[in-house]
Amino acid sequence: MTAKRIVSVLAHRLAILAYVAFALFPLYWLLKVSVTPNKLLYSEGIKMWPSRTSFEHFEFVLKHSEFPTFFKNSLIVSGSTAVIVTMLASLAGYALSRFNLRGKFWIVALMLLTQMFPLVMLVAPIFKMLSPLGLTNSLTGLVIVYTAFNVPFATFLMQSFFDGIPKDLEEAAMIDGATQFVAFRQIILPLTLPGIAATLGFVFTAAWSELLFSLMLISGNDAATFPVGLLSFVSKFSVDFGQMMAAGVMALVPACLFFLLIQRYLVQGLTAGAVKG
Amino acid sequence: MQNGNPDDGFTCSPQWRISTRPTAAKKHLADALAPYLYSAPALILIVTVMLVPLVLGISYAFRDIQLLNPFSGGFVGLDHFRTLSQDQNFYRALRNTLWWTGWSVLLQFVFGLILALLLDKPFFGRAIVQALVFLPWAVPSFLAGLNWAWLFNPVVGPLPHWLFAVGIMSEPNNILSDPQLAMWGPIIANVWWGIPFFAVTLLAALQAIPRDLYEAASIDGAGPVQRFISITLPFLAPTIAITVLLRTVWISNFADLIIVMTNGGPADRTQIVASYIFTQAFKRLDFGYASAIALVLLVLLITYSMLIVVLRQWLLSKD
Repeated sequence: MTAKRIVSVLAHRLAILAYVAFALFPLYWLLKVSVTPNKLLYSEGIKMWPSRTSFEHFEFVLKHSEFPTFFKNSLIVSGSTAVIVTMLASLAGYALSRFNLRGKFWIVALMLLTQMFPLVMLVAPIFKMLSPLGLTNSLTGLVIVYTAFNVPFATFLMQSFFDGIPKDLEEAAMIDGATQFVAFRQIILPLTLPGIAATLGFVFTAAWSELLFSLMLISGNDAATFPVGLLSFVSKFSVDFGQMMAAGVMALVPACLFFLLIQRYLVQGLTAGAVKG
Repeated sequence: MQNGNPDDGFTCSPQWRISTRPTAAKKHLADALAPYLYSAPALILIVTVMLVPLVLGISYAFRDIQLLNPFSGGFVGLDHFRTLSQDQNFYRALRNTLWWTGWSVLLQFVFGLILALLLDKPFFGRAIVQALVFLPWAVPSFLAGLNWAWLFNPVVGPLPHWLFAVGIMSEPNNILSDPQLAMWGPIIANVWWGIPFFAVTLLAALQAIPRDLYEAASIDGAGPVQRFISITLPFLAPTIAITVLLRTVWISNFADLIIVMTNGGPADRTQIVASYIFTQAFKRLDFGYASAIALVLLVLLITYSMLIVVLRQWLLSKD
């Protein structure tokens, strides 16, 4: 009995170990190649760790490439999108959670519809709409598009956080004479701060990762976001693996930071859309 | 207008406050409008940036719209759909979409379920392990694609050499340039990237199962396999059904990994419908034809979603 137990515990730990290895190996390899000096890159191609490490690739990418610009553009776009979406979604989520909205069914249906159809359908019409307004090749254009794409999901997410706060709180405040908006801003919003942080994290990650619309809408280097810059770098200098992977590590850092922020809310976030459906 | 709504604060507002506030009639109007003011900014944005382009896109499907041709823009009726019905690349993309979606969903689900079951047992360091195995979810999709493309590249990646060493491949080649095998590249990247989603969702469902059921079953002499089949699976079934069905729609439209890793090649062997639409719009700048393909895809997805709704009703009515 005990022997059987030991075997089953051992098998469990080994399986966990296999999963961890599978999840981390690609990222480990990215890091490994990014610190491998060019001279060793080909001679020690598939060794697990190079005999000598250097940060020459990072130095080159930071000093002699346009990646700092791409990085800054991506930060601006993702940061603005996250802040604007969270503001709009807090308001709309609060309305869905607290008011007896007439037409609530249609609002929810509209938001669900936007989650169902393939966004790639919108690539051409959005380009046509933004181009006469001068919003192609512009960070503002990207922020507008990303904000619209992320608002429905963020609204459902915020609504689920508001639903978890008892109504008595603002009712008490309103009996004391506060308007509903004051009660919302001064009592309810501070209580949902963790939810707000989670929404910020989700939207930031989504905007940081978006590929198709940034490829379509951005063509110049000045307004290029990280994915656009990295892909054009890959197609131009496809042999500078060390530099490409150093740039890749740079793209990974903000995403991982925000992941740590939202890790706790992953379940709630990933299921918010599905549950409402 | 809905007056007397207990939530709006109007009915409970004490009279002595009124002097410091707008007149009662104005306040009444403001209260009635308030819910719409809260949701208006979000709704206006969604309508202008998603709904209007959706309708425009549907109209493009019946027009000749080429970005580089200033004389285009005319109404062409069903011409695009006639071309589409003869387009062998489109049929291949449809078949590839089935292959891509089917294998991705199946493997993500199986490995996600196993991971959820493993994480459901308490063990030392579970929180850290959970953060580590869910990390791929945080990796931007373009980076996940590039990262796996590099792993498959024999110059800097170890995978071809390992596959060669264990005898699966006769030469350490890049599978992304082999027409027979190329699709497995994006599928493997997608499985790596998507396991956390299934694991998280299924883990949440697993933890909602009452523990005393398992105790009662083991007292009655049920083994682990029997407990899994008669307790775990029935409890998970609704979550599994909904997650798999929704995820299927999502993955069938998920073109990022393919565009980054193979761009549809070699010889269109990895082109799925979503990446085909993007290629038509992005490379050939033929917005009309791209929108026609998109419309067909939309109709297929709506049909599939109707099936989900019917199935969901059936599942709910069974309980």
